[in-house]
Amino acid sequence: MEKINFNEKKKLYILFRITGAILVIMLAASLIMCMLDLPGLFSPEHPGENVVAERYIESGIEETGAVNFVAGMILDYRAFDTFGESNVLFAATICVMVLLLVQNPDSKKSSSKSYYDELKDEKEIEPRLVKNDVILKTIAKFAVPFILMFGVYVILNGHLSPGGGFSGGAIVGSGFILASVAFGFDKMERFLNKKSAGIITFVSLMIYCLAKSYSFFTGANHLESGIPLGTPGDILSSGLILILNICVGLVVACTMYSFFSLMRRGKI
Amino acid sequence: MDFIMNFPFFSIMICMLAALSTFMLGRKAAAWVAKGALFITLILSIVLTAWLHASGESFVYMMGHFPAPWGNEIRAGELEGVMAIFTSVIALLSIVSGRFSIRTGIDDTKQNLYYLITCLMEASLLALIYTNDIFTGYVFIEINTIAGCGLIMIKNTGRAVAAAVRYMVVSLVGSGLFLIGTTLLYSVTGHLLMQNINASVACLAADGSYKVTLTVITALMTVGLSIKSGLFPFHLWIPDAYAISVMPSSAMLSGMVSKGYIFLLIKLIYRVIGFDVFESTGVFDLIFIAGIAAMIMGSVAAIRSGYLRRMTAYSSVSQIGYIFMGIGIANNAGVVAAIFHIITHGLTKSLLFMTAESFTAGKEDIEVGDLKGLGHKHPVSAAAFTAAALSIVGFPLFAGFIAKMLLANASFTEGWRMYVAIGAIAVSTILNVVYFFRCIINLYGFGGFDGAKDDSDTETSITVQSEESSSAYHRNGVYVSAQSDCDAAPTRCEKSVHGICAIILAVINLYIGVAPKLLTAILTKGLNVFN
Repeated sequence: MEKINFNEKKKLYILFRITGAILVIMLAASLIMCMLDLPGLFSPEHPGENVVAERYIESGIEETGAVNFVAGMILDYRAFDTFGESNVLFAATICVMVLLLVQNPDSKKSSSKSYYDELKDEKEIEPRLVKNDVILKTIAKFAVPFILMFGVYVILNGHLSPGGGFSGGAIVGSGFILASVAFGFDKMERFLNKKSAGIITFVSLMIYCLAKSYSFFTGANHLESGIPLGTPGDILSSGLILILNICVGLVVACTMYSFFSLMRRGKI
Repeated sequence: MDFIMNFPFFSIMICMLAALSTFMLGRKAAAWVAKGALFITLILSIVLTAWLHASGESFVYMMGHFPAPWGNEIRAGELEGVMAIFTSVIALLSIVSGRFSIRTGIDDTKQNLYYLITCLMEASLLALIYTNDIFTGYVFIEINTIAGCGLIMIKNTGRAVAAAVRYMVVSLVGSGLFLIGTTLLYSVTGHLLMQNINASVACLAADGSYKVTLTVITALMTVGLSIKSGLFPFHLWIPDAYAISVMPSSAMLSGMVSKGYIFLLIKLIYRVIGFDVFESTGVFDLIFIAGIAAMIMGSVAAIRSGYLRRMTAYSSVSQIGYIFMGIGIANNAGVVAAIFHIITHGLTKSLLFMTAESFTAGKEDIEVGDLKGLGHKHPVSAAAFTAAALSIVGFPLFAGFIAKMLLANASFTEGWRMYVAIGAIAVSTILNVVYFFRCIINLYGFGGFDGAKDDSDTETSITVQSEESSSAYHRNGVYVSAQSDCDAAPTRCEKSVHGICAIILAVINLYIGVAPKLLTAILTKGLNVFN
């Protein structure tokens, strides 16, 4: 090993911190200067108040069938962006799985030992989770059904009121997490294990992908999509948006729960 | 509307669908699905580019039922088509030739995830290339970053995870700067669609309003994208990320991932900010100087590092410097040369990483001195490596020569930039020769030449230490993990597939070098219809 001169390193370290501070201050100063220059956010002169926003607000309901403008915007007008966003989530799930999924102990690759090998014996951490937390268990027993129901409500009413797949899915996922903390992973595994979570994620993303592909394809080729928009305000309206919201909600809920589970014990 | 106009959309969606289906498949089926999807993408891109070249136009494609400023849209021209071909070639050849590396380097249960990440990466790169909306660009930059992180850390050694964390942190700073730039741009123009922003920015620049803001926006977005592509002062994540990850990852990361961001930067210059406004902010000078510094410093670092893959990674730093220098020359010829070099370097560097795999023989890295005589053991790989090295150095008949010549030609009309650019190309070429010829001479030598080793190395050989423990630390902190005791040697089939892939890449390289007219014509024509 090379001999390291610590004094020199220390000097470099100080220099590094000073330069870093100067750079950050410069960046902040220039950004503040820009901010002072910008037009006010809600003023009528704001450049964002243009034809784009106008059409979203004026003809959004009749074109998308969604009373909630935001849902119509993200899931119909700019659906490609949202498709990308949901794939960001998918990619993040995959990367967390890559990092934290405990390797099969019978695997032949003995040379690349995982850091999380010590977690593979889940019996060691499980008792710490489910001791005699009477308060937690009692409250979770009452709270979890309501949390899940509220999450489902937010998802299903995504096109009618503020909310939608992302937020509703997060609520459902936190309900799952609370349930797994209170009652243990064993009980959660009965209906949400690696296989079922995988299938749910896969099927919803597949439906999302195919539905959106269909809509992009028909739109671009100027074909009629043939999807009824329904009466705005009804629960069964707004074409694909409801289905997409359900898909996104399922994916987000599974993602939230599997992040927690992967970080807690290295498997779903 | 012609049916062929659907092809960009098809290629994005096919890669996405392939990524989704590999999630549920076993490793063998996943490999075939991924290869099939990439192959279809390649064919579609070739047909599209040929069609675009024949018609000489570009078109926008509506993603959904609503036209552009309200809905999303993608744009395809010759430049986009060429970039799409290029990325799919590299992704396809990397995973086809990397079977051995994937089999030995990645846990069995995670191999399908590797193909998934590859498909996701290709889909996001295609979307980045075709996008006509700056926010769509940002969304797919995110996928790209996360997928790149996955490509590095899937090896699951401590050092790979550390390299991935470093990549993640640096890359997220870049995304953050890009996002700040995007929001500021939206605040002053009120648009996200590229041509609308371009029109508004032209108006603002004519008025003289928001001068500081426009400069800050340009600088932030440029710096953000150059951090992500590893330009010189921000290159510190490159060596670890490229040298430690499994072979297909390094080939893809160096070959196409960092290039996607550079292409987005070119798109930003021409289609968002506008060339004249961009020039008036003075960011071109910044890019030019950073590029020159990268050319020299990357080569010096490559000479100093005595390990093959690390050296190749540092060589990437210097080659990215060439590309940025080409953009910084600030004329159309410079940008054409830069895109030409993007393609040349991508093909060459992935070939270098591919062939380096057969020399490292299952280990993480190999000292240049230990290459001695390996050229006779792996004749195909050694020949391909030599071809790639000659191409990077800029030997006539190879693509690298044409790229360097185009870069030098482009600088002729630009005053002081000419002297600096040509001087830097000369110095950097000599430095390139120093470190690549050291490898080539070692490869074909029988033991006389020993330039890379000095006294401190000879006392610790890799094999001695790796027998004692599963790992060994060496000078420069390079870690050489022990050969795993099973599956260590590639099978006959893997070897021949690997060889064929290397030969294909080398032949493409040679073809571009011998007949560069077609590619330069496509690029020039594509750039003319770019704005």
